[in-house]
Amino acid sequence: MNVNSDLGKHTRPIYNLILHLHPKKVKASTLRFKLSFGLGGMSALLVVVQIFTGLLLKFHYVPNPEGAYNSILAINENLLFGKLAHNIHYWSAILLLWITFLHMLRVFFTGAYRKPRQATWTFGVLLLILVVLSNFTGYLLPWDQLSYWAVTVSTSILDYVPLIGSTAREALLGGQDVAGGTLSNFFNLHTGIIPLLLLALMVHHFWQIRKAGGLIVSEEEKDSPLVDTQPNLVARELVVSLVLIAFILLLGVLFDAPLRERANPFFSPNPAKAPWYFMGLQELLIHFHPFFAVVVIPIILFAGIFYLPYFKLKDGVQGIWFISQKGRETGKISAIAGFIFTIIFILLSEALPDPESILPGNFSIITTGLIPFIFVVVSIYFFMKIIQRKFSINRSEYIQSLFIILIASYSVLSLVGISFRGEGMSLIWPWLL
Amino acid sequence: MTNEIKTGRRSFIKRTWKWLGIAALAELTIFTFGMLRQGKKNDDKLNANLMDAGGVEDFPINSVTADRVNRYFLIRLEDGGFLALSIICSHLGCSVLWNKEKEQFLCPCHSSAFDKFGDVMNSPAPRALDYFPVIIESGKVLVDLSKKIQRRGFDKKQISYAI
Ligand code: HEM
Ligand code: HEM
Ligand code: FES
Repeated sequence: MNVNSDLGKHTRPIYNLILHLHPKKVKASTLRFKLSFGLGGMSALLVVVQIFTGLLLKFHYVPNPEGAYNSILAINENLLFGKLAHNIHYWSAILLLWITFLHMLRVFFTGAYRKPRQATWTFGVLLLILVVLSNFTGYLLPWDQLSYWAVTVSTSILDYVPLIGSTAREALLGGQDVAGGTLSNFFNLHTGIIPLLLLALMVHHFWQIRKAGGLIVSEEEKDSPLVDTQPNLVARELVVSLVLIAFILLLGVLFDAPLRERANPFFSPNPAKAPWYFMGLQELLIHFHPFFAVVVIPIILFAGIFYLPYFKLKDGVQGIWFISQKGRETGKISAIAGFIFTIIFILLSEALPDPESILPGNFSIITTGLIPFIFVVVSIYFFMKIIQRKFSINRSEYIQSLFIILIASYSVLSLVGISFRGEGMSLIWPWLL
Repeated sequence: MTNEIKTGRRSFIKRTWKWLGIAALAELTIFTFGMLRQGKKNDDKLNANLMDAGGVEDFPINSVTADRVNRYFLIRLEDGGFLALSIICSHLGCSVLWNKEKEQFLCPCHSSAFDKFGDVMNSPAPRALDYFPVIIESGKVLVDLSKKIQRRGFDKKQISYAI
């Protein structure tokens, strides 16, 4: 039977395009909303929204320090739907980052990164990095006090990477400071290279999903019947898309994208913070020697995330949220432990005197680097030892707990950096806010 | 037998393609970075960017003068010597401000403080403020903006005197 036979002539090209990205039939069990929550599809839709609004904004945006800020004002005030396009581009950028991140969590917690989907995961991580870079390069473009100093602070973090750090920073900035060269670099990356790479990798991602035979299917649902993609899957996607688009429009109409005064290289705001998604890193830099905060810890984390699908697992359960009942319990405990431990760590590091004042000289890489790092690693190790004893968990449940601890820690670090740091980056207690 | 030879040759060709691909990728990366980087500074004279800050007498003893456009402070010390400090905080790149009462450069971002020689008085800044060489020629104070120099701390050699 021809799947298109009941469609009008005019809608056929659109359906052909949609169907082109799908197999003709899909397993009924993979249609369950609670398996995927539609998050991958939402990410794809938001990328399209970004490209659409971005291309329109590009007609009026002026990519140099003299004109950038005024062109944003003009977009907001003189264009018929300028403000709406700007607002939508702003909100849907934030939404895209959140949803892509949640999509990664859902893939992780349903075990869908394992064989045969290892490469899907690896390319997914690259997609997440590109989404972060899109957000970051876009952040500079309004050229106001917020964007100028956020980009200054976060690219200065690169300077702490030994050997290559400052060269990489200078290449990225097109000079020593954030200036005209930086704006031109970021504009070209933001509206050219990154979207092209993003689109190419997305298409590859879709192909990989098809090659793996569609979404993950658990052992119990192996015999779930095949159903036609159209209308079963397409109708569901349409509903999710329309709800999401309505939501973005609502955000864009109700809330304006923030815009401060024009960038002024002579006056820094107090405090100066990186964009919110890098605040965990900036917070880490307060507690650790730079070599550990921006080299050792990020390298270990990224290596772990990329290598994740290739860990040897005999016990890999797939398609079941949190692996098992045990996985659910240990997961909860790990999340709570990660939260509490990170809070204690931050308070401890704040209360203890600066080691530099007790032991001056070149020991800070040991006193504020190696020692706290070993302290953290040993604490996590013993915590996991206890969990392992108590619940006799297997290897995949172990990895899951570890992953949850790390996510919880980064969340706390980000939250503290974003909300609980006031003037001069000093800690403010939540009850004094 | 012939099969083995064939697969041997095929895998050799495959491997060659792979390495060629990696080489091409590396070249592309280098090419891209080369394009992104600023023009090379190979000729010091061509690139020397001597900023004429004014006459020696324009700067009173024990004063701090800000050049907002070029982002440096020109400091005239008690002994008449000149020191040009970058306004960029060595912590994460914010602009420091001169506080007259405290006689310190204060960073508004994460509360680093520096004395008038640029030495760190308060962390998180890891090292002293960068400085620019000052040249004094026939009564004129010239600041070499093309050379921003990193340093651990202040040293007397960084001061320039009018002879
Ligand atoms: C712009 C970013 C992304 C887009 C547009 C995207 C799109 C999609 C879509 C449409 C699906 C199928 C439906 C669904 O699972 O919701 C999917 C599945 C998948 N994605 Fe992504 N994705 C993105 C980022 C990521 C990231 C960051 C990861 C992991 C690090 C990832 C890993 C996977 C994996 C492993 C699958 C297969 C899941 C399964 O078989 O059940 N993707 N993606
Ligand atoms: C994944 C895709 C994208 C993301 C996450 C993203 C994100 C952002 C962000 C966060 C801003 C700053 C908005 C503000 O603070 O007001 C921005 C601005 C901008 N983006 Fe994008 N963008 C994406 C794709 C694109 C594309 C494909 C284009 C054009 C080809 C584009 C063109 C622009 C322009 C011209 C601006 C400056 C005007 C403005 O600030 O609204 N963007 N983008
Ligand atoms: S940038 Fe000056 S203290 Fe952080």
